Amino acid sequence: MMDGQLDIVPQEEGPHDAVLWSRADLQSLISGLISQGYEVIGPRLDQEAIVYGPIQDVGDLPAGWTDRQDPGLYRLERRADDRLFGYVVGPHSWKKYLFPPLTTLSIAERNATGWQMMRPDEPIPRYAFLGVRACELAALRIQDRVFLEGAYVDPVYAERRARALIIAVNCTQAAATCFCTSMQTGPECRDGFDLALTETDAGFTVAVGSDRGAELLSLVPGRTATTPEREVARHARRKTVEQIQRRLDPDGLRDLLLGNLEHPRWSEVAQRCLSCTNCTQVCPTCFCSSVAEVAELTGDRVSRERRWDSCFNLDFSYMNGGLVRPDIRSRYRQWLTHKLGSWHDQFGSSGCVGCGRCITWCPVGIDLVEEVRALRGEVPS
Amino acid sequence: MIESASPWVHETARIAAIRQELPDVWTYDLELADPARQAAYRFRPGQFNMLYLPGVGESAISISADPGQRGPVAHTVRRAGNVTQALGRLGVGETLGLRGPFGSSWPLDQALGRHVVLVAGGIGLAPLRPAIYQLLARRERLKTLTLLAGARSPDLLLFAGELESWRRAGLQVEVTVDRASADWQGHVGVVTLLLDRLELTEPAETLLLTCGPEVMMRYTVQSALRRGIPPGNVWLSTERNMQCAIGFCGHCQLGPVFICREGPVFDWPRISPWLFVEGL
Repeated sequence: MMDGQLDIVPQEEGPHDAVLWSRADLQSLISGLISQGYEVIGPRLDQEAIVYGPIQDVGDLPAGWTDRQDPGLYRLERRADDRLFGYVVGPHSWKKYLFPPLTTLSIAERNATGWQMMRPDEPIPRYAFLGVRACELAALRIQDRVFLEGAYVDPVYAERRARALIIAVNCTQAAATCFCTSMQTGPECRDGFDLALTETDAGFTVAVGSDRGAELLSLVPGRTATTPEREVARHARRKTVEQIQRRLDPDGLRDLLLGNLEHPRWSEVAQRCLSCTNCTQVCPTCFCSSVAEVAELTGDRVSRERRWDSCFNLDFSYMNGGLVRPDIRSRYRQWLTHKLGSWHDQFGSSGCVGCGRCITWCPVGIDLVEEVRALRGEVPS
Repeated sequence: MIESASPWVHETARIAAIRQELPDVWTYDLELADPARQAAYRFRPGQFNMLYLPGVGESAISISADPGQRGPVAHTVRRAGNVTQALGRLGVGETLGLRGPFGSSWPLDQALGRHVVLVAGGIGLAPLRPAIYQLLARRERLKTLTLLAGARSPDLLLFAGELESWRRAGLQVEVTVDRASADWQGHVGVVTLLLDRLELTEPAETLLLTCGPEVMMRYTVQSALRRGIPPGNVWLSTERNMQCAIGFCGHCQLGPVFICREGPVFDWPRISPWLFVEGL
């Protein structure tokens, strides 16, 4: 970031673009995956946003729609063309499938000998994610570190993750809230996918990222992409890089945040923050949860249900009859110092992928990039 | 139902014995219903278990047992919240769920050849009790061994019935109370005053372990450092809202650490930047 050149992620000739798919080929893929028993999940129009949901048909995808995003603003708009992936990311992320908002962790049953606890016997879904963006691939890697790579493995995440097929899509445009180039997570999909598509007027150039991806390509062979077709796809990806204007300097963020716990900016941002939890719900890496007891009427069968929680909730820090973080200042500070700072200590990377969701979906438009600048003393508090 | 291991799923534990320690503090001896699991159960001093009452919830409870003893494992509980109140309604032979042990432990390997001072406030003596047993078991390899225990009043001193046997085994015990009764002959005042007055012949060769209310530990650390005990020799057992005990739920974070994962026992240099930051 220091010389201003690092912003441009080098565009090497990757595994991209050897094959070209038509829209009919994409339909064949979706149909093929469904017949193999996959639940295909992809972007759909719903609730005046582009969100992730079940996809049966190419026609389910938001053809001809795009999104306009700014701090506190999200608007759907028509495109001049009928592109299927001509937008960025919406309020959903794939975490809602791998780390479901509501999950049964265990079941307790009382019999003559007392309580017996066991895992619920539920079918494990087999997802095919269609339309995973580069920043979201990075988010999956981050949640892998949280749920799979520590001393304990979360079985709910592990089983869903191991079965999931990842069909990524390279962004061919950016939103004003995007800063993946700063976090070095995108916009180009580099690894962590089975297949990665780049949408152009000619169709979709396809990259293979795994053996499973190669198998899919044998199912839907498409045709060889021509050199000009490959060049168009490459140009589309490069153009996206240039569109990304928002910059977050990641250098020394951990020490900046944890070294400024009493900075006056925390009180200032607390005047604006509503502590609504939106940022943590839309964040593709936030993982906090709580467990609730759900008992049947007899009381002899009890489920433990995990629900997404948020460090912005008042009782999140409850201890010994009091609250550790009773004010918004301490709760916003917890969120930002964790996301950009102490995440490094805990999981060896930043917790931020630069997707910009927390900026867009903040009802008062708090922009963490701006907050970091203020903590650096680069803008007046 | 499937029987694969999940860190979320409890084992069945049976209450083998219940002892009332104080008006609101009880010790539960628990044994795993599966005899093989019970035989294999090990913990380190300072660790905790998650105790689960179906329909009520889970609570992180200190293990107060002797790690060297096999058989039922003692957990000392102050009846305060929903789970501990409901636990109070269970009797011997009844079952509950148990996950654990979790967390870090007291650095007893560092005690050998040194002076050891334990500073406990109230129920904070419970997670120190496993350390006391282990230190007494290797007493001849230590220099001095001292327990400074504080209680609100003489009748609220935890494990009072054991103090004499600990003394006989080589533990120097000093007790202080906030409010004396008419027949109290001992110290009155906060436990850190005992530390201020304690003779430390070789502070650089002294290990201090403390557990109690945060404000008590804060003054204990200040006193210890002032007396010349090296910061890295000062260890604390900390508490936050530990819900999952396995680093997943996020509730017990304190700056960069998860209290359940890196703690609850920390050396002072590790936890000092974070422990007393307001609202962290």
